[in-house]
Amino acid sequence: MSAQQVLYDKPGPKAIFRDKIYNVVFTLAFLALIAWIIYTANQRGVFNDRWSVLWDPPRNQTAWDVWSSLLITGLWGTLKPVLIAIPIVMVLATVITVVRTSTKWWARVPARVVTEVFRGIPVLLVMYFGVIALEMKPLHAVVLGLVVYNMAVVAEILRAGIAALPNGQREAGLSIGLTPLQTTMQIQLPQAVRIMLPALVSQAVVLLKDSALGFVIAYTELLTTGRRNYNYFGEESKVVFILVIAAMYIGINMLVSRLAHWLERRLGSRSKVVVAEAPKVPGALTAGGVGLEARTPDDRR
Amino acid sequence: MEPFLENSDLLWVAFGNTLTIALAAGALSFVWGTILAAFRVSPIGPLRTFGAVYVEVVRNTPLTLLFLFFLVASTPLLGLTIGLGVPMAIVAMTLYTATFVCEAVRSGVNSVQVGQAEAARSVGLTFIQVLTHVVMPQAFRSVVPPLINVYVAHIKNTSVAAGFAVFELVNFANRFSNPYPAQVVALFFGVGLCFLAMTIPLGLASQSLEKKLVIHR
Repeated sequence: MSAQQVLYDKPGPKAIFRDKIYNVVFTLAFLALIAWIIYTANQRGVFNDRWSVLWDPPRNQTAWDVWSSLLITGLWGTLKPVLIAIPIVMVLATVITVVRTSTKWWARVPARVVTEVFRGIPVLLVMYFGVIALEMKPLHAVVLGLVVYNMAVVAEILRAGIAALPNGQREAGLSIGLTPLQTTMQIQLPQAVRIMLPALVSQAVVLLKDSALGFVIAYTELLTTGRRNYNYFGEESKVVFILVIAAMYIGINMLVSRLAHWLERRLGSRSKVVVAEAPKVPGALTAGGVGLEARTPDDRR
Repeated sequence: MEPFLENSDLLWVAFGNTLTIALAAGALSFVWGTILAAFRVSPIGPLRTFGAVYVEVVRNTPLTLLFLFFLVASTPLLGLTIGLGVPMAIVAMTLYTATFVCEAVRSGVNSVQVGQAEAARSVGLTFIQVLTHVVMPQAFRSVVPPLINVYVAHIKNTSVAAGFAVFELVNFANRFSNPYPAQVVALFFGVGLCFLAMTIPLGLASQSLEKKLVIHR
């Protein structure tokens, strides 16, 4: 069900002809735009031998030196806090979700406050807080920032997942004698994780992108090593390194997004649970990220 | 409280910068994002491709990298020089937030059922009438709550400018933690509250609007 069908009738012969003309015109316009970009870049000498820094770098460096700094120091520096943060986020988010579904108001309210507050403050503020107030190492501060924010968001995703399950699931669990906690842990959460898996994977993209904030608090990650490289190799190499780093981020994030889509299709066909309505997560669009609402209804193709 | 009371003038400067970036980039990204959404739902293939590629590329780039691009790469690559500080923050955040605005608007338009527009056309409404009387009012309902969430994230994202020579709220906390070492926790707490004062009301508005505007079909 695409938007064209909403907004436009099936085109008749006249409209098809008109669309063909528009097609040609706009294709030419975009080709012209690309040509202009290449022309301008070429005028400024972007396509000279500066790119050889990637395979035959000057100043007594080898290609291995460049790539090991980018991939081993840089990319690993970016992935490390992500890999540390994800398990911690999963545990804490589960705890918050369980507490939020508690029958006791004095447990529910603080859990709600924690999610609302930590969703509402910038990740960078938490990272600075870690470095300055808690005197943490940059790596730990990055992890702190990622954990604090993402646990609140993931808790909210899981809560929305539980809310989307039919009430009968909980009632059935309670009626066979499980305690409310057991019902949440054994009946509701596993199903909630499953239907929200695409959203959870999208959140991993957000987490990965937010790790780039480490650049601001002097943590050594991909952007930092990129800067070190262009500072060493000089003015001309700036464009090269920025574009290489951008390509790496975009490549990785697109891969993870594809994984989310693939999971969505796979689970969509196998899910046995009848979900009352498409789960919605208020406020799930996030600090740096691929939001949920932006993905939920129609991206499921 | 001393760091805030003794530097209240600078606090207002910082708050002002945060608000300036949030509002200017917010308005611009709304315009650019809506245009992109129009591209993505248009019947013209090249426009759709452009919209899709733009959104996919920019949305998968960290905002910090976008800032860095305008700082060091846009001049040698395109001859495009943007003033460091607030102007750069506005440009980078406009391009970034527009992708999320685009996706929110597009989802909203797509959430309108085909039958609605077909019914409208069958009673003889023109394209503009279909859009203004039938599609837009319904799309608007599904667009507003997610759009508010986009802007909650947008407000928090202004903090990235702190790393690129903009004196805004997070930078305020960073700078005054040095002269007031005993007040560091209070300082960050206060700046956090400033952000919550902007984000929590918006979040609550989004939630209540969502309840109010829900379409019962």
